[in-house]
Amino acid sequence: MSERILIEGNEAVALALKLIDPDVVAAYPITPATEVVQKFAEYVADGEVVTEFVAVESEHSAMSACIGASTAGGRVMTATSSQGLGLMWEMLYIAASLRRPITMAVANRALSGNINIHCDHSDTMGARDAGWIHLFSENTQEIFDNMIQAVRIAEHPDVRLPVMVCYDGFVISHAREVIESLSKEEVQSFVGKHKASLSLLDLEPKTVGPLDLQDYYFEHKRSQAEAYKAVPGVIEAVGQEFGKAFGRSYAQVEEYNMDGAEVALVALGSTNGTIKDVVDGMNESGKKVGLLKIRAFRPFPAELVRASLSKVKAVGVFDRSMTFGGWGNPLFTEIRSAMYGTSGNGCCCGPCIPILDRVYGLGGREISMAEIEQYADEVLAVAKGEQVELIDYIGVR
Amino acid sequence: MAQMTEIRWHGRGGQGAKTAAYLLAEAVMGDDAYIQAFPEYGPERMGAPVRAFVRISKTPIRMHCPVLSPDIVVVLDPTLMKAVDVTEGVPEDAVFIINSTEGPAEVRQQLGINTGRVYTVPALKIAMETIKRPIPNTVMLGAFAKATGLLDVDALKERVRAQLGSKLRPDVIQGNMDAIDRAAQEVQEG
Repeated sequence: MSERILIEGNEAVALALKLIDPDVVAAYPITPATEVVQKFAEYVADGEVVTEFVAVESEHSAMSACIGASTAGGRVMTATSSQGLGLMWEMLYIAASLRRPITMAVANRALSGNINIHCDHSDTMGARDAGWIHLFSENTQEIFDNMIQAVRIAEHPDVRLPVMVCYDGFVISHAREVIESLSKEEVQSFVGKHKASLSLLDLEPKTVGPLDLQDYYFEHKRSQAEAYKAVPGVIEAVGQEFGKAFGRSYAQVEEYNMDGAEVALVALGSTNGTIKDVVDGMNESGKKVGLLKIRAFRPFPAELVRASLSKVKAVGVFDRSMTFGGWGNPLFTEIRSAMYGTSGNGCCCGPCIPILDRVYGLGGREISMAEIEQYADEVLAVAKGEQVELIDYIGVR
Repeated sequence: MAQMTEIRWHGRGGQGAKTAAYLLAEAVMGDDAYIQAFPEYGPERMGAPVRAFVRISKTPIRMHCPVLSPDIVVVLDPTLMKAVDVTEGVPEDAVFIINSTEGPAEVRQQLGINTGRVYTVPALKIAMETIKRPIPNTVMLGAFAKATGLLDVDALKERVRAQLGSKLRPDVIQGNMDAIDRAAQEVQEG
């Protein structure tokens, strides 16, 4: 039975972990994800879970222990943020390459230096190419729901890849919101029993992660790349099934007021909620603005993005991280790449519409509704032929 | 949007502004209200000015942006009125609930406002006499309940008892109950 509770984002992650009751959690606390580990350690101490909790001495060890436990056949989860994710870096690639279905909550936080504990997406964007599935959460309800779905997505026999569930540090991790919780029975019945694809404990000799040189490494990477083709269908199917079971459906992207929209805004994470309120206000005053919220950033839902954004005359992307020295920033480059030159015949065709990029909110800089509306007005002006800066900032001095 | 109430708490590190915001959120949630409650995280130091925010709405709250023009402002420490601008961004009909030994007229003068509603309560005195510690947050919640009518004094007491029950001694819990009752009786409007 679902129950309305007022809960902090981190506590919602810990609660999801408790209800999933995985075999192993290996984690090291770091702001702003500390309370996940703290609260879960309480559940362990109080005997509310059967999980083997491994209090490791660093995030590198946390991910190493997760990979080991998963390879031994366990259902494995962890949580981290920022520098902690950075310290895991080499192990992130190994987790994905070994097709370990680990689920990790990441409270998105800026990277040093200088030292900053507040939200931006630099940490998970840095792990963009490691081979993990990235699901972004708009609010506390979505983190809770994403954590539960992530287990099913990761462990699906066609997928068997690690999933990170991203949520905005402090904005969501340290805010209390009302969510519909689920019972242990409901969650257990949804995630099902873990069926390990591989176990080191079954006494059948096998080798995991050996030396793999010029003769086969490339083929193994090629076969890994194939695995991601199954992921979109599984994310959609699990999201639908979740909706049938609990009344809240999920997909790779969410269109908001896109019917008849003249321009679209595109964003990741908690800013989407604020944008929805801005879109409502602008629609009421006759301005045709819509929103395309990206929930699955990896694998990137290029075809859905193209289908959705082909309907509008201009697009405004929100980027909460930067690619220093690159041309445009992470979400913008994905969107642009999805929109142009879509066939292999040398044609550079595609819906040739202006796409703007605005970096905002680095290091926890807040973004107001007025700033979002101003950007939307700018995108509307561009749709009418006005010239503006293609790549720029919001809210920086 | 119109049916959303936004509240800003001003306190000093250690006075329980975040706890008060969370207790208020718990007490008003009921069966159908949507809530967002979040403190402002800066360098956390005992005694430094801090703020916490609560949004209450009958429809789901989607925005994740700062509260810029609160409908209700609660000030846990009278010295903050000189240290920070507690009137920043407030609309004309804002409600102020202020810990002060002075009355609403004097506080209006200090804040330089002649609109809206101003409530005062000697929260520090009440806290020292009931809880025996200079922590004004539950006193201010009692004054809040009485002044705004957004929550029932008895429901508030029940919630505070449930929330603090496992953390505090029975006599301290009783002190908090008395503090809420006295605040509701002694709060002045002007």
